[in-house]
Amino acid sequence: MTKNLRVKTSEYIDETNRISFKFNGKTYHGYKGDTLASALLANDVHLVGRSFKYHRPRGIMTSGSEEPNAIVQINPGTNRTEPNVRATEVEIYEGLEASSQNCWPSVEFDIGGINNFLSPFFPAGFYYKTFMWPASFWEKYEFFIRHSAGLGKSPTSSDPDVYDHRNVHCDVLVVGAGIAGILAAKNAAKNNFKTLLVDEKNELGGSTIYENNEFNKIDNKKPSEWLKKEIEDLKDIENLEIKTRTSVAAYHQYNYLLARENLTDHLETKDKTNKIRQRLLKIRAKKVILATGALERPLIFNNNDRPGIILSSAVKKYSEFYGVACGSKNVFFTNNDSAYESALSLYNKGINVEAIIDIREQSESKIVKKVEEVGIKIYWSYSIVDTAGYKRLNSVSIMKLSNDGTSVTGSKISISCDCLGVAGGWTPAVHLYTQSGSKLVFDEEKNVFLPNQNTSNQISVGSCGGDFKIDEIIKNLNQKLKDNLNIKETDFDNIKVEIDQENSKRNIWLLPSNKPLGKTKPFVDYQNDATAKDIKLALREGFRSIEHVKRYTTTGMGTDQGKLGNMHALGIIADTAGVKMGELGTTTFRPPYTPLTFGTIVGRNVGKFFDIFRRTPMNDWHVENKAKFENVGQWKRAWYYPINGETMHQAVQRESKAARESAGILDASTLGKIDIQGSDASEFLNRIYTNAWSKLAIGKCRYGLMLNEDGMVYDDGVTTRLGENHYIMSTTTGGAANVLGKLEDYLQTEWPELDVYLTSVTDHYATASLCGPNSKNILKKIIPDLDLSDENFPHMSFKEANIGNIKCRIMRISFTGEHSYEINVQASYGKDLWEKCIEAGKEFNITPYGTETMHLLRAEKGFIIVGQDTDGTMTPIDLQMDWIVSKKKYDFIGKRSLYRSDTMKEDRKQLVGLLTDDPEIVLEEGAQIVSKLNQSPVEMLGHVTSSYFSPNLNKSIALAVVRGGKDMMGKKLFIPMEDKNINVTVANPVFYDEKNERLNA
Amino acid sequence: MFLINCPYCGERDQQEFKAGGEAHIERPKQPTELSDDEWAEYLFMRKNIKGVQFERWNHAHGCRKWFNMVRDTSNDEIKAIYKMGEKPPSQ
Repeated sequence: MTKNLRVKTSEYIDETNRISFKFNGKTYHGYKGDTLASALLANDVHLVGRSFKYHRPRGIMTSGSEEPNAIVQINPGTNRTEPNVRATEVEIYEGLEASSQNCWPSVEFDIGGINNFLSPFFPAGFYYKTFMWPASFWEKYEFFIRHSAGLGKSPTSSDPDVYDHRNVHCDVLVVGAGIAGILAAKNAAKNNFKTLLVDEKNELGGSTIYENNEFNKIDNKKPSEWLKKEIEDLKDIENLEIKTRTSVAAYHQYNYLLARENLTDHLETKDKTNKIRQRLLKIRAKKVILATGALERPLIFNNNDRPGIILSSAVKKYSEFYGVACGSKNVFFTNNDSAYESALSLYNKGINVEAIIDIREQSESKIVKKVEEVGIKIYWSYSIVDTAGYKRLNSVSIMKLSNDGTSVTGSKISISCDCLGVAGGWTPAVHLYTQSGSKLVFDEEKNVFLPNQNTSNQISVGSCGGDFKIDEIIKNLNQKLKDNLNIKETDFDNIKVEIDQENSKRNIWLLPSNKPLGKTKPFVDYQNDATAKDIKLALREGFRSIEHVKRYTTTGMGTDQGKLGNMHALGIIADTAGVKMGELGTTTFRPPYTPLTFGTIVGRNVGKFFDIFRRTPMNDWHVENKAKFENVGQWKRAWYYPINGETMHQAVQRESKAARESAGILDASTLGKIDIQGSDASEFLNRIYTNAWSKLAIGKCRYGLMLNEDGMVYDDGVTTRLGENHYIMSTTTGGAANVLGKLEDYLQTEWPELDVYLTSVTDHYATASLCGPNSKNILKKIIPDLDLSDENFPHMSFKEANIGNIKCRIMRISFTGEHSYEINVQASYGKDLWEKCIEAGKEFNITPYGTETMHLLRAEKGFIIVGQDTDGTMTPIDLQMDWIVSKKKYDFIGKRSLYRSDTMKEDRKQLVGLLTDDPEIVLEEGAQIVSKLNQSPVEMLGHVTSSYFSPNLNKSIALAVVRGGKDMMGKKLFIPMEDKNINVTVANPVFYDEKNERLNA
Repeated sequence: MFLINCPYCGERDQQEFKAGGEAHIERPKQPTELSDDEWAEYLFMRKNIKGVQFERWNHAHGCRKWFNMVRDTSNDEIKAIYKMGEKPPSQ
């Protein structure tokens, strides 16, 4: 049987709109306006989860995003399921299902609960200490650890929802719509600042909206009533945009903030479809006003984690805002006046308050007097030493505190109760402030870390700035707004505020018990089950830095990021180590403030939009002809074209033979193309390539190698002189953007005097590379009037011609060693050109080939691929390409580095060919090369960089880099593999047609 | 995420820019005249200051222009931005 703890009607709860939902399979009812937490509490459900390490029963602890315990799985088993959601933030809707996490088989009976009784064996650092030996067992341990741990389950099917990103620019961003945020946003907007006000909740007003303390008045009204009028006024203000259910996750430099706007989570499932679920707002604000409020602290005492133990401020919010009593026999435990407000709130609604236990000696404020008058028993200078009740609190034991607060005396009094409201003071929510890079300072009197400075771009107002009372908030806000926004008056300059002064405080970070600390469980971090004992153990074991203690004990490392307990952890460390809080500092507050879904982070960049890709103009033809594709940089390149169920190996062998025997065609459109113009273009090329360019005749092509300033090969390609001051450079596919960037860098910063202009034209041209002994016959068919004789159009030269009406640039250059032509046309004609070549080549069995065959063919010729045979540590000398390095040029990029002592060493890794003794064995690329077997350790001489089975040579060939390889021609080396050693011989890297006779075949 | 005032385009988000290392390191006019040590000084040695640092930046996804920035690396305050070839502001 469940009790109904719904008390006097709240205006925020729509009792005409009854909602049913399921929790752990059982149906409950709540009302529109309830959170999952408030609805469960109204049904007297406190036990909602089990703790992470000890599997202790845990209940709802707070009413907001700081909740450590009540984290649940939403809609389990559906494709919209979400783990680790705070029940205090879930707005209920018809059909909502939720379940507890970290328990099995159920939250009521959890096998893991045995850990609680074994807890003496689970000290801080338990996992680090226990699972270290023997090291080889880690994999076995890991399996069990991963299966027993876990906070919730990830969805297993695709997310059906759509997420979005939006850029927002504003003059003033106000974070938090409590009293300070509302007044700040209103006055900013009224003074012509384009203002955005965001709040994580669905209602504006923060905690003041349910502030009904009769001793606090603004303009003679209750603060809640006064604020409602202010909120009403916001509607009519121009320049003001308000976003609720919007949580700022991160605050980066230069006022760049990320916020998550939640649009559909509160809707019924049928209303969620075809809508954006969450939107990431990327906000750049000229000024940021942080009004993020403060979080109430718990108190740290023995067994302070039982279901039924709730923050006092949450008890008040559930009572005043949601109209729910958290218990029928209530006790409060406090070190300040705020618990008296909560107690009165319950009392005024006719709910039983048994007692208030106050660690202070006394308090003179009006609200305390009022509580005394109504007859609620107050225990002054008492502390709770223990609590009882496994799945629900049933009593607390109290004892008199000593004067110094370190021990308890006298006899124990037991008080029966089912709810304990805990009030330990307030911690300003400075998370966003510190994320922005600003520093905190410790206020010894208030026992809080406060923002150290307000800059021209950022201020902290209200309680996150250290002002906890309404009169202080309003007075200081008024001044800060005037200074920061440079305005003369605000609309609340003359309001009258009366408040009940608090004059007594007492702060004890760790409350004593009649038992020694070793026998108690005072939890500091509820979610990660870190106790005061663990923190003290870490200090005893020598940890001093707060960051180390955090990692060793896992304090503050849960999904709640220790929003409740971090201050106590610091306090206990400071007290134990005898240092001041201010000197200790805080751990780093990292974004996000509350967890974000992956969907929000990636936005629309999912599925095919996850990563951009580029396709050539011939792409459709490749797809129609069943090409397999590979990614090269962002490009999708045809890899090979299998026919009749060929394997990749079979297809590549066929393509490679065809290209040498008759004709092959390759889509080379992806090669980088840079148009270079200007009167100093030749001089520029002289400086960036290793070889000389001044004497290259117009209409001729030349291969060039480009180095970094450190002498290492950076890129290569053929550059063609189109005119006196006009060249077209080709680069590797993957290197195009970087080469252009590098060339621009030199032009702009080192040689601004050169008259040179660079334009990327990679996407402007499509390129078909026609190769093989019949390439000439095919080209003749396409362009009958072009003289293709070796005299008129020799190797390494260029012609402009027309195919029909289409202008094309043809380079007679070769990456395969065969007679070949690279035909470039305007990109839009690319597919047309390709189809014409295929058609004309039919009689010659023209064979389209992909990148794999291209790699094989060039390897047969010993041509390098930058990035495959080089890795940023290879000079042209290492590559045995001395011929391309000009000895005459005074300077070029990287020249000086070729004469450094290190680059001139004889035993550098050098490019060689490798032949396996067994011609059938194809080496693995990356395989290591040694000169001795049966020796350990053995020096690794180098590795295989390219390896193929060559169908044209009918044997396996490989390129490799080998230490001192240049002088090893004919030497036997070994490649040790897992199951065998492979014998190889060092060979000339040019395996095929060493005399280049086929270029003119 | 910085907000960078490109001297050619105005204020733009940091993601449009690429950092290019320390500024005002001129490429030697006659590298062959330099000793290995002198060349290594140019090639490898860079400052890594906690405090005010002179840097090169490129508006890579914008106008593609290089420019100089004076930045305090301890708090990422951008103190000045000026074009290539211009004299650095006195500190």
